Amino acid sequence: MAASQVIRSEWTKIRSVASTVWTLSLAVVVTVALGMLISALSRHEFGDLSRSDRATFDPTFVSFAGMTLGQLAMIVFGVLVVSNEYSTGMIRTSLAAVPRRATFLFSKIGVATALALLVGMVTSFLAFFLGQVMLGPHRTSLGEPGVLRAVFGGGLYMTLIAMFSMGVAAMLRSPMLSLGILMPFFFLISNILGNVSVTKKVGQFLPDQAGSRIMQVVPRLDDDTPYGPWGGLGIMLLWVVAALVGGYAVLRRRDA
Amino acid sequence: MIELEGLTKRYGEKLAVDHLTFTVRPGVVTGFLGPNGAGKSTTMRMMLGLDRPTEGHVRIDGQRYEDLTDPLKYIGALLDAKAMHGGRSAHNHLLCLAQSNGIPASRVREVLDTVGLTSVARKKAKGFSLGMGQRLGIAGALLGDPRILMFDEPVNGLDPEGIHWIRTLMKSLASQGRTVFVSSHLMSEMALTADHLVVIGQGRLLADTTMADFIARNSRAFVRVRSPQYEQLRDALHQAGITVVEAGGGALEVDGDMAEPIGELAARHHLVLHELSPRQASLEEAFMRLTAESVEYHAHSGPAPDREWRGDLEHGKKVG
Repeated sequence: MAASQVIRSEWTKIRSVASTVWTLSLAVVVTVALGMLISALSRHEFGDLSRSDRATFDPTFVSFAGMTLGQLAMIVFGVLVVSNEYSTGMIRTSLAAVPRRATFLFSKIGVATALALLVGMVTSFLAFFLGQVMLGPHRTSLGEPGVLRAVFGGGLYMTLIAMFSMGVAAMLRSPMLSLGILMPFFFLISNILGNVSVTKKVGQFLPDQAGSRIMQVVPRLDDDTPYGPWGGLGIMLLWVVAALVGGYAVLRRRDA
Repeated sequence: MIELEGLTKRYGEKLAVDHLTFTVRPGVVTGFLGPNGAGKSTTMRMMLGLDRPTEGHVRIDGQRYEDLTDPLKYIGALLDAKAMHGGRSAHNHLLCLAQSNGIPASRVREVLDTVGLTSVARKKAKGFSLGMGQRLGIAGALLGDPRILMFDEPVNGLDPEGIHWIRTLMKSLASQGRTVFVSSHLMSEMALTADHLVVIGQGRLLADTTMADFIARNSRAFVRVRSPQYEQLRDALHQAGITVVEAGGGALEVDGDMAEPIGELAARHHLVLHELSPRQASLEEAFMRLTAESVEYHAHSGPAPDREWRGDLEHGKKVG
């Protein structure tokens, strides 16, 4: 069985269900719209900022403010791509057609990742350009140091979030359980752990806390993060690899 | 050809499938019969490599399922009608299966036509009735034009026309020399379609025999006779050395094809007969008798049908 056959099959699967379209369009719309809104507000409030806040004002990062919400749509996309197989019973039909489970899982994740990367990049560049338009006089441009890396990194961040969700969904199988854990974790818990001083030392190594470092161009004043932008993305990648290995281990061992 | 050897599945303490060994041969419809919960579906999932056996193995044309290149070209299976994504159209459901096994897309249209779903090919599967879902599942099984077909309770939820269609389909597939393996919990259904019979109860093999043989062994022929001169008739039969069973309701039963000798005997003794009817025990009864033995808390409901099977049955009783 050629992997190319399975990849084609997974592409047919992913493009033929409605959830793909609505989760990915939601990711684009929410990230870009919220980013534009917060950029516009920031422009308005810029005059009221303290001197130190003005010094560390990061127009790139501000335009990505919608990602905290937009990433949730990416999580739903990643979870549904994998767990739909289980919740519908399709998994038995799929594995009867493709009994090599590694080929099955990694073709599926490969196709979904490629799509997430495309959408993530479009989202990141759109959020950046439209956010800068909103920022007006306080805007930055792709040519400034670190900005292109941050915008490119924003696309990678969204892709990795989706991949992490696929791995978790492969481990947990149930869409409700996976979403019930991932959504509050990334929306609330991780942000709290990563920003409260007591838990920050550990919290900053959580996948989204580490990964989102790549979208920052201007470092904060009291920045003592022990990793740089690419180091942070590397930490996130390790989380993704761990989730995927875990997901494959579960699929390989358990009955369908 | 499907070969099972010592196939066993244990869930904790419970043995769902207990050392099953049998072979499913090409050219005939093999019925896989057992009461609900006997382990039929678990066995079928293990045959398709979906569930891992605790012990034993299955070979499909001599190969492990995982080692088949493009398995849909060897074996097509209908497990349950709901094993599909309801948001996907019938056409796309079959297309993604076809692509995964290198089957041309034109074949999708062919099988949709075979099962009569062409008109709803672009409709989402969640709007399908159970019968339509069943047909779509069967289309998926036929997709790779496989030599082996496996159907788990295929007539469930089908209307009489659909049931007739699937019976005809299974017979024609077998007559083309394919291996057809079909499960059911209804003996009456098997009697109409199967040529060979594998019966399990509580995960154990209870019978592996041809349908004709099963009928010959189990459809006990007997004669039912009623007379207003009940006692004289009974005595006359006794004197003639014929064993009589009192069947209640003023009727007597005599084993075997005995209608003619009994009629002649009655005439010789000038006895009036109100009924003299040759009868056959139903296969459903025989099946119930066979499997009842394997149900742990079931009351003993009559002698085991055959000494050969009794050995198996007593084994079966030990199973928790």
